[in-house]
Amino acid sequence: MAGESAKAVDVAGAMITGPVPAVDWLIVAPVLIPLVFGALLLMFRHEMRWHGIVALIGLAALVGADAALLSRVLEHGPLSMTMGSWLPPFGISFTADALGATFALTAGIVAFVCAIFALRDIDVSGRRYGFYPFLMLMMTGVSGAFLTGDIFNLYVWFEVFVISSFGLLVLGSERAQIDGATKYAILNLVGTTLFLIATAYLYGTFGTLNMADIARKAQTISEAAPLMTLATLYLLAFGMKAAAFPVNFWLPASYHTPRIVAAALFGGLLTKIGIYALLRTLVMLFPVERAILADLIGWVAVATMILGVLGALAQSDTRRVFGFLVISGVGVMMAGLALGTETGLSGTIFYAAHSMLIMTALYLLAGVMKEMGGSFSLHELSGLYRASPLLTGIALLLALAIAGLPPASGLWPKVLLVKAAVDANAWWLAGAILLTGFLTTIAMGRIFLFAFWRDAPAKGVAKVFDPATAARPVVGQGVLVVLTVPIVLLGVFPEPVIRVANMAAAGLLHSSAYINAVFPAGGG
Amino acid sequence: MRTLIFRTAAPYLSSLMLLFSVFVLLRGHNEPGGGFIGGLIAASAFAILGIAYGAPAVRRAMYFHPMAISGFGLFLSALSGLLSYAFRVPFLTGLWTSVHVLGVEVDLSTVMFFDIGVYLVVVGSITSIALALEEREDG
Amino acid sequence: MEPAFAVLVGLFFAVAIYLMLSKHVIRILLGVAIFGNAVNLLIFTSGRVMREVAAIIPEGATTLAGPVANPLPQALILTAIVISFSFFAFLLVLAYRAYQELGTDDTDGMRVAEPEGEPLPPIGY
Repeated sequence: MAGESAKAVDVAGAMITGPVPAVDWLIVAPVLIPLVFGALLLMFRHEMRWHGIVALIGLAALVGADAALLSRVLEHGPLSMTMGSWLPPFGISFTADALGATFALTAGIVAFVCAIFALRDIDVSGRRYGFYPFLMLMMTGVSGAFLTGDIFNLYVWFEVFVISSFGLLVLGSERAQIDGATKYAILNLVGTTLFLIATAYLYGTFGTLNMADIARKAQTISEAAPLMTLATLYLLAFGMKAAAFPVNFWLPASYHTPRIVAAALFGGLLTKIGIYALLRTLVMLFPVERAILADLIGWVAVATMILGVLGALAQSDTRRVFGFLVISGVGVMMAGLALGTETGLSGTIFYAAHSMLIMTALYLLAGVMKEMGGSFSLHELSGLYRASPLLTGIALLLALAIAGLPPASGLWPKVLLVKAAVDANAWWLAGAILLTGFLTTIAMGRIFLFAFWRDAPAKGVAKVFDPATAARPVVGQGVLVVLTVPIVLLGVFPEPVIRVANMAAAGLLHSSAYINAVFPAGGG
Repeated sequence: MRTLIFRTAAPYLSSLMLLFSVFVLLRGHNEPGGGFIGGLIAASAFAILGIAYGAPAVRRAMYFHPMAISGFGLFLSALSGLLSYAFRVPFLTGLWTSVHVLGVEVDLSTVMFFDIGVYLVVVGSITSIALALEEREDG
Repeated sequence: MEPAFAVLVGLFFAVAIYLMLSKHVIRILLGVAIFGNAVNLLIFTSGRVMREVAAIIPEGATTLAGPVANPLPQALILTAIVISFSFFAFLLVLAYRAYQELGTDDTDGMRVAEPEGEPLPPIGY
């Protein structure tokens, strides 16, 4: 494309020739901002005093860009921008719809809150190791995954955040971390490679990688095309990323090993990207095949939620309890995917946003409890109520939220999901969701009972905590309050989020708006 | 591996490979080559130096920390994409200009700076991994 | 050409999966490396194999004349190679580190993060 040849050849059929409105840059801003800040932090890796503050500025800008993008998407419908001036499907498209923008905004908020928590939690050695650059690069990958409109590009963003998450996972290089990271790395590599295999078949079948183009062609492609194989492969690959049973064992093996902030980020964000990718591929690209797979997905969902919460009941380390609760949450989200109705999907989307906030809050709670009570183990924790009534109140609200009880945010997505299941006559699915909520209440109630209410650990266990001299982490508790406020607000005023979730679900089911954003006026 | 022959040859070999890596990088403009493969050649040059003289010598020779070099490369690549913003074209659109330096016309483009960024990212990250492996062997 | 490639891809996958089923991290890593190459070959085959006709529009024309080799799979494969290469480099460091720290490359023996015989949570005060 050197100067002279561009003049000689008419490129209007392959390239964008008109000017692009500046506001379209909102679509790539959530990727560019963390990328540039991550690069800057890497460059000035020795100026560790400034890392935290620079990262906070970057993440605040990210949240701002995400919020602006979401409001614009809600107002004008999906937006698209294709890289390098090529017309889709030749160039790589970035397409933001209500689903992607909502997830990106929630992820941005979670990362911002975690960065504040990290100001105190990550010491100098952690900063030297590069906590903040890895955090920014991981957010680049996460935002990219939510906003890209190209399935191969989705793979690339998956790898970006997975590789950055390795960095966060081994931060500190303790023995348990190395052990957990080995399993996490190998199994995630297998998962993403499965994704790549599916994408190779998809490319062989459709000859395109642009998701809007695939969605358009999937309706008219011949019967002989192996769409069923593709859908099943994507279910397996993204199920692995989302930690759905029976490919979830990497999660409890690794999520309790890193620094608590890293665990909070992972628990909040990473599995939801798997759910997002499942929604995107199975609902938008292969709706017919999803309907055939619905029973399988449903039973996977039931197994994931029940076995997840049973695992939580069998653990005595708070971080491992929460790791299993992440899994059972994944099961609940898969239930909406199995139903495939608009109510079910909007329940899944709402639950995913709720789960990002609540899982992060729970891991941070475990961190604050450890700082005050001196341990992660339910055998040793005790007397936290006397040390901090505020923390107890927060813990109670979070316990209600994760169990799906009012007044916190977990209630409404579960109401939507149960309603959708009953509407579809899937009583077993509704029953499983309710049973999971009940068992989660027991698991959380036990943490509450032992860590907060009892005065001293059982006989024979060394006491590690004295309420009179216990540390009172101000930043930690402050961050938890900041996270608890939206969780309660979502529970009390759920209508706006339900509306957004409904829009996102409708956008998935009726992909014409998404396709029109990429291919205006049906061209291309 | 620290034979006299190898130790004598290593600096020459490394500098030759570094030179070649820059050639491959710039050649990638219109012919096979480019930032990634050039970066790999440069990283192997540093690896050879490391095998001969040990990791600390390489760190001294590189002056900047490998990860900082990576960061700079990433920044350069992102900036060359961001330049599109000023010209009202989509992100990462290739922009071209030619300047006259000492009577020679030189074509400059954002594509080239993007590729140089890729080169630096690869040099930095691969070298730091190679050094991490070499340091373990020593220690 | 495609059937021959399909057989080769299948062979690669078989070898990779066999190696990955091993208990030893080093064999798993070898399996992972072959797995990545199997996928690259798969992408290559998915783009249809066509030899020696470069996808260059002749002077004066605006479209391609006749069937040409598909250049896109090569771009995809290059990306995948870059990613799997960096992944593999990281895994190699990690596995080496794990061997040093844990003293074993047997995954059955790697029980530091999830110790055996952990007590169940307390039942009462």
